[in-house]
Amino acid sequence: MSVDLSSGIGTGTPTSRGASPSPATGEPSRRAARPGAGVRRAVEVVWPKLLAVLLVVALWQAIYASGWKPDYRFASPADTVERLWFVMSGNGPFNFWMGVQNTIMRGIQGFALSLVIGTILGIAVSQWRVLRNAIGAMITGLQTMPSIVWFPFAILLFGLDSSAIYFVVLMGAIPSIANGIINGIDDVPPSYLRAGHMLGARGWRRYRFVVIPAALPAYVAGLSQGWAFAWRGLLAGEIIVSIPEVPALGTQLNQAAVNGQSANLLALMIVVLVIGMLASFVFSSIGQRVRARRGLTGFTAGGG
Amino acid sequence: MSTTTTPRHELAEGSLPARTRAPAVSISEVSKDFGRGPDAVVALHEVDLLVERGEFVCLLGASGCGKSTLLNLVAGLDSPTSGTVDTAGNKIAFMFQEATLFPWLTLGQNVDLALRLTGVPRSARPERVEELLEKVRLGGRGHRRPHELSGGMRQRGALARVLAQDADIVLMDEPFAALDAMTRDAMHDEIEGLWAELGLTVLFVTHNVREAVRLSDRTVLMESGPGRVKEIHAMHDLPRPRHLEDQRVTERAGRLTHLLKAEVARHVR
Repeated sequence: MSVDLSSGIGTGTPTSRGASPSPATGEPSRRAARPGAGVRRAVEVVWPKLLAVLLVVALWQAIYASGWKPDYRFASPADTVERLWFVMSGNGPFNFWMGVQNTIMRGIQGFALSLVIGTILGIAVSQWRVLRNAIGAMITGLQTMPSIVWFPFAILLFGLDSSAIYFVVLMGAIPSIANGIINGIDDVPPSYLRAGHMLGARGWRRYRFVVIPAALPAYVAGLSQGWAFAWRGLLAGEIIVSIPEVPALGTQLNQAAVNGQSANLLALMIVVLVIGMLASFVFSSIGQRVRARRGLTGFTAGGG
Repeated sequence: MSTTTTPRHELAEGSLPARTRAPAVSISEVSKDFGRGPDAVVALHEVDLLVERGEFVCLLGASGCGKSTLLNLVAGLDSPTSGTVDTAGNKIAFMFQEATLFPWLTLGQNVDLALRLTGVPRSARPERVEELLEKVRLGGRGHRRPHELSGGMRQRGALARVLAQDADIVLMDEPFAALDAMTRDAMHDEIEGLWAELGLTVLFVTHNVREAVRLSDRTVLMESGPGRVKEIHAMHDLPRPRHLEDQRVTERAGRLTHLLKAEVARHVR
């Protein structure tokens, strides 16, 4: 077991450290209190989320029960969950897991490529004044462009093919990633640059040891936004550009709607939501970690 | 007190380490303007100053007299509009007012980075980092992050980073201005000890008269609008270590304060 020195108040020898509540005082030791506190914290974090989910499901059930739309247009929560379970066990009319895998792989590949291009572009723009004057504003402008607007052009260019989807994913993610790094570099405190200069961090070392690490929080924020745009572009693309031989979440969503399989459709939407939430959780934990290491947390503008 | 710093009695006048009397910094007819045309601000006007090797020189003046500008010119962070700054190929380190330890690194990693950029091989660095942290009395705290340290500890960390660079000339821009008086006193002892031990040349900017009298071999009193050297006060007659309660130190500080006040009043009019 690990020995926590911070709680080693008193004269406890390593062998007696494992003993939890102290019988002498009758009070639980700090160590014994910890697991309970952990569970309590977990419950505190989880119950509002559970409640929110329950409310949504209740509302959903109420609308369903009112008979507003027929089953094939608006399935019940129970049917959806059953369907979700059914497709997840690989029994659906389509290959669910292959679809999930293809979609996620497309997302990861598109995002990875955007990351490389966006980073290089961002550094280049922040470094060369001419380039900044030329395309700096355009990069910011591109961020406001809904990714779906790119599709007619992408289809015209590449046909109904994966390339069209990748193209839109890239056009969505690259501006955000580039912008993140441009903002990050612009906002590096001059005092760090001066300190780095005096330490001998010049030329590429200036980037390696000062600029990039200092710009990291903004860069991570840009990556997070870039992923969000990539994910949206990807799903939109898969719905529009159906490639019959490649199962994908977007394609399956579209088919479910066309075939009037409401429970299938809703089950797939839940899957898309969960994947999006997981990815956003990953990015926010990275961002949180980066900020915490720099002492940028603990007193925030938001509540609790 | 760490055993690596020179004991106080060894700092008495006459027992300072032998120092060659060659200028480490030669500033001649240096002027610096910011901006152009009618809106230009003359920050420095024809400043001449020689700093000898191993000398501790304070630049004293009110805000806006160009003392920080002068330090930046010596550091090479900026270049003069006219005149020359010659640092005779000496290696220069800079300690800033705010401890600019990088927040994305631990204290130890900050010192390590300075060693790495100075070209110290990887294998020698961990030991050297610990040595330097010991020297500034931060031994065993290398794993801390800058935001976890007090203001005084951060400045000592910055000092360790400066020492890691193994520089000949150390430039200090009001490094203790943000510290409380007690911590500042302790830092004065520390910086004086390290200066004597390592034979550093120090150019130290301050607006604090007592600090200048406490630390310097010579204090350069600067005037503003435009910034130039008004008077140079030698402090060699005051034995080290100096105590702020010492009558001669107090007298000297009083005289300089009087001059500085007159200088400020000239501009407030």
